[in-house]
Amino acid sequence: MSAAETTPQRIAGRGAAPQRSLWHVILVRPETMTLVLLVLAVILASQLSPFFLDISYILRSFTLSAEFAIVALVLTMVIIAGEIDLSPAANMALSTCLFAWAQASGVPMPIAIAIGLVAGLAMGALNAFMVIGLQLPSIIVTIGTLTLYRGLAQIIAGDKSIRMPEWFIGIDKVLVFGVPATVAIFVVVSLVLGLILAGTIFGRQIYQIGTNEVAARYAGIRTRRIKLILFLLMGLAAAIAGMLTASRLGSVRYDLGLGGELQMVLMAMLGGTYIFGGRGTILGTFLAAWLLVVVSTGMTVANLLPAIQLTVLGVLLIVAIIATNLIYSRAQR
Amino acid sequence: MNALGRILARRETGIAVMIVLFALAVSLYKPQFLTLNSLRVILLLTPLVMIAAMGQMLVLVARHVDLSIGSMLGLSAMLTGMMFRDLPEIPWGLGFAVSIGIGTLLGLVNGALVTFFRLPSIIVTLGTLNLYRGLTFIVSNARQVDRQFIPADLKGMSQTSPLLGIPWIIFMAFAVALLTYWFAMHTRVGRQIFALGSNPIAAPLRGVKVTQVTLLVFAISGALSGLAGIMYASRWGFVNPSNTGFGFEFQVIAAVVIGGVSINGGVGSVLGVMLGVLLMGCVAAALPLLGIPGTAQSAIYGAVILVALLIDRSVRRQGIARFKAARA
Repeated sequence: MSAAETTPQRIAGRGAAPQRSLWHVILVRPETMTLVLLVLAVILASQLSPFFLDISYILRSFTLSAEFAIVALVLTMVIIAGEIDLSPAANMALSTCLFAWAQASGVPMPIAIAIGLVAGLAMGALNAFMVIGLQLPSIIVTIGTLTLYRGLAQIIAGDKSIRMPEWFIGIDKVLVFGVPATVAIFVVVSLVLGLILAGTIFGRQIYQIGTNEVAARYAGIRTRRIKLILFLLMGLAAAIAGMLTASRLGSVRYDLGLGGELQMVLMAMLGGTYIFGGRGTILGTFLAAWLLVVVSTGMTVANLLPAIQLTVLGVLLIVAIIATNLIYSRAQR
Repeated sequence: MNALGRILARRETGIAVMIVLFALAVSLYKPQFLTLNSLRVILLLTPLVMIAAMGQMLVLVARHVDLSIGSMLGLSAMLTGMMFRDLPEIPWGLGFAVSIGIGTLLGLVNGALVTFFRLPSIIVTLGTLNLYRGLTFIVSNARQVDRQFIPADLKGMSQTSPLLGIPWIIFMAFAVALLTYWFAMHTRVGRQIFALGSNPIAAPLRGVKVTQVTLLVFAISGALSGLAGIMYASRWGFVNPSNTGFGFEFQVIAAVVIGGVSINGGVGSVLGVMLGVLLMGCVAAALPLLGIPGTAQSAIYGAVILVALLIDRSVRRQGIARFKAARA
């Protein structure tokens, strides 16, 4: 009943909205909130342990979640386009298990890597087929494929772990300009995706689709093709992230990246990506990834049990979406 | 359409046929699958899933989803188990009230977040899934509640039987299903859940109190997870912070969607869900007979969810086509 009363007012109010000042536009943004939280977290953490003011310590801690962070960047784009993908962590496990299984049974490394990447792409394609081709809701589809991919990985790898060859291990220890390689990859991917999302027609079309898919289609945007690209990109990113994880851990088990979907969604949400699509930035997810690393490293330094960290992550996720929704609804008025 | 045609056209018939075909196919390889003993095995696999599936059905009908059931099961089972351990003289029947009460509370938290903050249930329950699991570790100090602390009478409910050698917990599961049937089909609130799920915009205009109904379905889902929690303690005789209820949500969602509950809300029947649970039980019972390792289970749940989505889609398209034909 209240909807009927308030709607005309709201329309009138929106038309009469005054031009907002620049500082208002910059300050009332989720990314600003993320940045403030990041600074606060660093200050708090450095009270806990002076190591936090040592950039190389933070960089080393970042290698632990860099793989998830890379996938979270692509996930951000998927969520902006109005879809969601909960399967990438399982995708990481299955594509990496296939890759590890292939190379353990004597396939040359380049072909094994290709197998892993193709598997990741294929999994992204299956998601895309169900969501775009058959028009099923991505939420439930990716819950299904999450279970399926993880289960297939379990069938392939059993409960054994597959060793990686010595030379393949340790990409997180390789330094590029003093930065661990996985972190460097994350930074580069952030830059590339950030430029694509903010500065290209393709990027703007992703926002369009998330804001109003029907309108976007009438405006001549190839919504299905763009979503297909995003889901394929998701699969590819997951496969690469899986291999980076394998290189860091030195062995592959079916439970690689277990529960990673929480961290990925959390990074996107903390970075101010709007869960209903159409809003969000790569910058936000980039900052949120660092925030999450500082928070979880801080908790480890403070000797909190991993289980408590799980609780904190769960609370953070809920608080993040509530805050983001509030900021966006404030900005709309 | 005559009576037979109406029965054949029902969704539940399709699932029943699938169960029969599956059982026949398995018994071709392993004739012992069609014995009373394997029926017992199947029935023993189902009660926990059936109870939680009833709650999940109501949530899905209301156009939401609850991913946190496994963690709610774990947390309520853990707190109840710890109560048994630390206060041994407490009557064991009280455990049911405690477990269901805790589950209801956790479910209400989900519902409140979804309805008061207008958040998508998938993200909220993904958050609480981890939150509740973490809390389970915290309250238990990551320690298991061992067998000797679970009251013998409670464990007996999974072994002793009032009649025909069928244990109590199976009767309880069927009682919950019957109650859900009555609630969903024959009460005002129950019908309002369906109204809300079929058209969330029209329902409040017809006087459905959206906030209360949403809170209610999540609370029921939590309460039934709590009931499943104490029954876990009864069935397995221990509560473990990491295993108890882990991955349970996928099992339940698979059973519910294969049972014909539409992910688009508004559609679902108790009979269908019961058959869906039974089908999943048949699959789980057939795996060891066929020599398929237990590790394949998770993949099967995933495949079942996807197949169910495809069935749901084709059923809906047929319905739309029929509707258009009728109007033309």
